[in-house]
Amino acid sequence: MTTRVLDVPAVQRGPLAVRTRLRAGLEEALLPPVVALLVALVIGDLLILAVGQPPGAVYRLLLQGTWGNAYGLGQVLFKATTLAFTGLAVAVGLRAGLFNIGAESQLAAGGFVVALLGLVLPAGTPALLAIPLGLAAAAVGGAAVGVVPGVLKARAGAHEVIVTIMLNFIVLALLNWIVAAHLHVPETLHTPEVHAGAIPRLADLFTVFHGSAANLSLLLTPVAAAGVWWFLFRTRRGYELRAVGLQPDAAEYGGVSVGGVWTRAFALSGALAGLGGVNFVLGYKHYYEDGFASGAGFMGIAVALVGRNHPVGILVAALLFATLSQGGLAIHAVVPKQMVEVLQAVVILAVVVSVPEVRRLLRRSRRTEAA
Amino acid sequence: MSDDIAVETSGVTAPADAAVVMHGIDVSFGPVRANRGARLEVRAGEVHALVGENGAGKSTLMRVLSGLIRPEGGRVRVFGRDVTGWNTAEAIAAGVGMVHQHFMLVPTLTVAENLVLGREFRRGPMLDRARADRAVRELAEETGLHVPAGARVRELSVGEAQRVEILKTLFRGARVLVLDEPTAVLSPSEVDELWRVLRRVRDGGGTIILITHKLDEVMAISDVVTVMRHGATVARHRTAETTPAELAREMVGRDVVLAGDVAAPAPGPAPATVASPASASPALEVHDLTVSSARRAVAVDRVSFTVAAGEILGIAGVEGNGQTELVEAIAGLRAVRGGSIALGGTPITDLTVRARGERGLSHIPEDRHRRGLVLDYTVADNLVLGLQDRFARAGVLDRDRIEHNAREKIEAFDIRPGNPGLPARNLSGGNQQKVVVAREMGRAYSVLLAAQPTRGVDVGAIEFIHRRLRAARDAGKAVLLVSADLAEIFALADRIAVFYEGRIAALLPRARADKETVGRYMTGAAREDVA
Repeated sequence: MTTRVLDVPAVQRGPLAVRTRLRAGLEEALLPPVVALLVALVIGDLLILAVGQPPGAVYRLLLQGTWGNAYGLGQVLFKATTLAFTGLAVAVGLRAGLFNIGAESQLAAGGFVVALLGLVLPAGTPALLAIPLGLAAAAVGGAAVGVVPGVLKARAGAHEVIVTIMLNFIVLALLNWIVAAHLHVPETLHTPEVHAGAIPRLADLFTVFHGSAANLSLLLTPVAAAGVWWFLFRTRRGYELRAVGLQPDAAEYGGVSVGGVWTRAFALSGALAGLGGVNFVLGYKHYYEDGFASGAGFMGIAVALVGRNHPVGILVAALLFATLSQGGLAIHAVVPKQMVEVLQAVVILAVVVSVPEVRRLLRRSRRTEAA
Repeated sequence: MSDDIAVETSGVTAPADAAVVMHGIDVSFGPVRANRGARLEVRAGEVHALVGENGAGKSTLMRVLSGLIRPEGGRVRVFGRDVTGWNTAEAIAAGVGMVHQHFMLVPTLTVAENLVLGREFRRGPMLDRARADRAVRELAEETGLHVPAGARVRELSVGEAQRVEILKTLFRGARVLVLDEPTAVLSPSEVDELWRVLRRVRDGGGTIILITHKLDEVMAISDVVTVMRHGATVARHRTAETTPAELAREMVGRDVVLAGDVAAPAPGPAPATVASPASASPALEVHDLTVSSARRAVAVDRVSFTVAAGEILGIAGVEGNGQTELVEAIAGLRAVRGGSIALGGTPITDLTVRARGERGLSHIPEDRHRRGLVLDYTVADNLVLGLQDRFARAGVLDRDRIEHNAREKIEAFDIRPGNPGLPARNLSGGNQQKVVVAREMGRAYSVLLAAQPTRGVDVGAIEFIHRRLRAARDAGKAVLLVSADLAEIFALADRIAVFYEGRIAALLPRARADKETVGRYMTGAAREDVA
């Protein structure tokens, strides 16, 4: 019984098919976000027109204030660094099927712990020792908060959305109290400056960046993105994490401890969010300040969403949202800041709505093409 | 037509009283041509079976008929009217009704509410429930499809829910009923009931198109049968003038050995083992096992049995009698309430799924879409699910070995299309099952749990999987086969345990078992509790 029936059209096996699939994959990865952005731009035009300004001029102003000069660019990079970390944090959760709304407090906890370490370390600790220790401290701080919803979900079945929202209140209030009651510099809401571990600012190296908060911790973002990609797609734990996110029953069947993955994914997610605190604490102000990155944790959800949970997409999305955020300040004089916030929300909605829609249209056009 | 096989129309002329005529239908999905010049002629008032392997294009053709897909070529006529390229609303209005494999019912609503959903009777702003109930009762009376109008759908059995689905389609004025694999979810007695219903609908003037790949169903119920292969129509017969063997040959394109044809009890390599399995060291030993169902009721009730190396123990029974829970408990996917499980003499009751796998337990799960595959993973990644430890070095996946393993398994198990990088979702059901079987039988193991290993799989693949299971047995593996398909149990098992209400109602050597006896134990008409 060796006769084989060839029931597969030959084209499906050839190299042609590989190329077509590659093209199809690229189209599906790139076209939807581009369309989403265009949709958002059109709606943005209408919004700007509504407040009585010419859209072209406002966009020009926005670009000049962000990518058009070194200071603006520095601010964009600074904001994008924190957003990249919170975006990666949310994405790791989503890949495991978990919705981490707690990046906000994990980020704060990471920043707080790294500031504490900086106060404990003696002045003059070499940077080569202090900075890695600082990174570890930030990761541990974020992970300590992050692991809680993971454990509670694995052990007690508590829904992670509720737990992370509640933890945001608890952790932020607790940190506020500790700083206000015990650690603040008089008349302020921030801790004293760290003794060691400061990361050089961009302005220290290139004077054009003078005044901007950008610092070398931005170099950590491609490293972190590459690390997350490698972990998700190249390691056994990443394979198991994604399987749990896609089909928990199949993962369980495949010998994966689903609760274990939840716990580890939340710890990793928290650690990434916590690392985002390094940017402000070691890179910019050198102290922990209450509410130092307020909103960046929540914005991480948007970044992960627009970046489609892919590390590369997240870096791009972080730059996009950082540009919008900084650009909002640049056009503040002509367009109310609230309008920029509306525009950010429009970008998110455009992605959420148009990505599946564009993919559907792509598939349909391909079907007729093939006919 | 691109196919070189001429359409055989033995004794059937193009009917003048045609309900459905489809000619030269072409449909493509990307590079895959799902229908190529497919052709179907159904006369009013007949039960017409549409058969073919998975991926032969049957469902696609029916989706064209019901307006879900616009064909790229060909014409569709319904009751003489050219309706090519119509939409679903037009199809429903013209009387073509699809009864879906997965029921489209709202579980929390009553039967009557489900039936009128979308065209509710109103009295002012309120629903006229009394009138809905009355209309449902009248229709049930007229068609002989008895359903409890006031019961909530979630309280119904699968067979009853299907009857509601059929009634709903009739309620919407369907004159041509299309049923897609309707028996996949039914117990044998429910299947008989379905046949009675379909005959009644036909005798009342209705036309029925039945998509199936079970040939005994074709023979039992249909008047005319159309065979499809590779998207084209290859044959059309009056059912009375054909045989299952001929249909199978036309479906697959070559001769196949049907499960039912194996008349003699397939003996294992060592008949002594079959006669007294207790004397050999049992590869799998289940002792006094009690397992709860999802609703915390006792699903498996103090069950004991052993499976020896080189033996296939078949578990027969109507689905829902505890077989699922039994297999999940042995696999480590469900908590055990009492009793013990041992693998080659070592207790495994408290071990994790992973640890059981490492000790030689292999498992083909009954639900490949939920458990057996991660549908969005590639074929290559799915072929290492559960073995990911072995395909990683220091926690890093060894991509080369995963790829190599995939090519090997694709070749050995004839998985098509043979592309390791394709998501499992894009494979046909039969090939998805082959991925699961290739993974579970292509690794080192001593005991295989095979739960419904050929469910929803076409004849060619069934034959292939059966051959593999026999070969595993002959190679000294212990196989626990759970199947709702009695023919499969009889074709493969050395001993047969009949499950009824969570207990083994009878444990029979294959030689002493016949379908009538097993059937009696399955339905609880007889029972000799085996401790």
